[in-house]
Amino acid sequence: MSLLDMIGPVMIGPSSSHTAGACRLGLVAHHLLGEAPRRAVIGLHASFAKTGRGHGTHLALVAGLLGFSPDDPRLPHAFEEAQAAGLSVEFKDVDLGDVHPNTAHIDLHGDTQHVTVQGSSTGGGVIQVTQVQGLGVNFSGASPTVLLRYTDAVGMIARIATTIAADGVNIAALTCTRENRGGQALLAIELDAPLSEQALAFFNHWPDTNWVRLLPKLMDG
Amino acid sequence: MTLEELMNAPAPASAWVLAQDCQETGLNPEDIRAEMARRIGEMRASIERGLKSDAKSITGMVGWNAKGLWDAPDVLNAPLLRRVQAYAMAVNEENARMGRIVAAPTAGSAGTIPGALIGVADHLGIPDERLVDPLILAAGVGKAISKRMFISGAAGGCQAEIGSSAAMAAAAVTELLGGTPRACVHAASLALMNTIGLVCDPVGGYVEVPCVSRNAFYAVHAISAAQLALAQLESFIPPDEVLGAMASVGRMMPPELRETAEGGLAQTPTGLAVTARMEGKGDGELPGGMVELPMA
Repeated sequence: MSLLDMIGPVMIGPSSSHTAGACRLGLVAHHLLGEAPRRAVIGLHASFAKTGRGHGTHLALVAGLLGFSPDDPRLPHAFEEAQAAGLSVEFKDVDLGDVHPNTAHIDLHGDTQHVTVQGSSTGGGVIQVTQVQGLGVNFSGASPTVLLRYTDAVGMIARIATTIAADGVNIAALTCTRENRGGQALLAIELDAPLSEQALAFFNHWPDTNWVRLLPKLMDG
Repeated sequence: MTLEELMNAPAPASAWVLAQDCQETGLNPEDIRAEMARRIGEMRASIERGLKSDAKSITGMVGWNAKGLWDAPDVLNAPLLRRVQAYAMAVNEENARMGRIVAAPTAGSAGTIPGALIGVADHLGIPDERLVDPLILAAGVGKAISKRMFISGAAGGCQAEIGSSAAMAAAAVTELLGGTPRACVHAASLALMNTIGLVCDPVGGYVEVPCVSRNAFYAVHAISAAQLALAQLESFIPPDEVLGAMASVGRMMPPELRETAEGGLAQTPTGLAVTARMEGKGDGELPGGMVELPMA
């Protein structure tokens, strides 16, 4: 938490957890899709399902999917904006089990890409992303985060870390999960600074990486 | 950073807070000051919009309180009091009607700091440039609190949310009026001591009742704490111990009293009617002139 997170975010009301945090969860999906969103199915769990409507949670999630930040004056009109942008959204109440009461599961399609994101809004506009593409992660968007999906193999994390170090960027935190040995693995690396375009392009050229995304920093501090 | 360290920092306390934060985050102090100045502008804009509007919130429970107070005769002949209360409610009513506000530290407690700090400044004719450093101190106090306990109503009750904002505001007003770091921290501590056990019982689960009026009360509460501290009164219990006590009370508090709408005001017959209506289960007349939801 920095000073700018304590006095902030500047946001559209009414709830930092139900509105600003929900918008940021939508933004994660927006950035990870990497192209114009066309169709979203959003599952709302517990408190998000129960009191979301009066808190503008539905609007905030859609605003995030469109790439609007929590202080964007278009947020209360996100449904009209979505229609104009050719994005259709379906909401459903879901039981995601023993997770934070303010949790959403987002299934987002573009023309060629598809991403799933599950995350919780934990208070004061802070979020925790817990699943991407069905695999467990743990990052907050408080710093730039690079996500890589690849086929599990010996030495991949070392190669990736070496490339990041060569880019002059420090690693703050890292989570890695995989479907099974030799299966699909997902690595989420929180960074002190964004990676260069060259480093990202380099990752994209590796035959064993099949998905690379850089999520920009979503918090103020 | 502990409150004890802040209390013993060289004056002004805000300069120490800024230096500490920049060291931790790698941010540039001038960038933070510029951003805080912008946030004071945002707070002021939300006050101005909120004092003029009587449009209803999304649920229809609030929306006309700030304007009503601002336009009413000053029966107590206490212009500071009325200004602080109206400013605080103006921000939270803007919040409730999906207007743009600065969460400080949360959206539900967004009115307390602008109400107390900008209210006092306007009352005394102090320009906005001089509010930047006090706001940085407020943020530093919030950061110290968040390291020790929770700042959300869901985690620790309303003591954690509006209690934190009142403590932050109390420190800011104390520095604005020339208080030492020791006085600033004691102001924060006095404000916190008087919120211990405060439950978060929003009607229907929405940031409207009692949140809007609660911000008005706690903005005044923050100024009271500043006044005591500036007169050299201190919190008998050391500030960090007060934080420990709040964290412990927060953990003891049943979930029903922590923003779940399952206790307190939310469980009154009117509160239950609002909840049922917002969940689409109610029928008949809405209490308090509530409006239809804008979406299906």
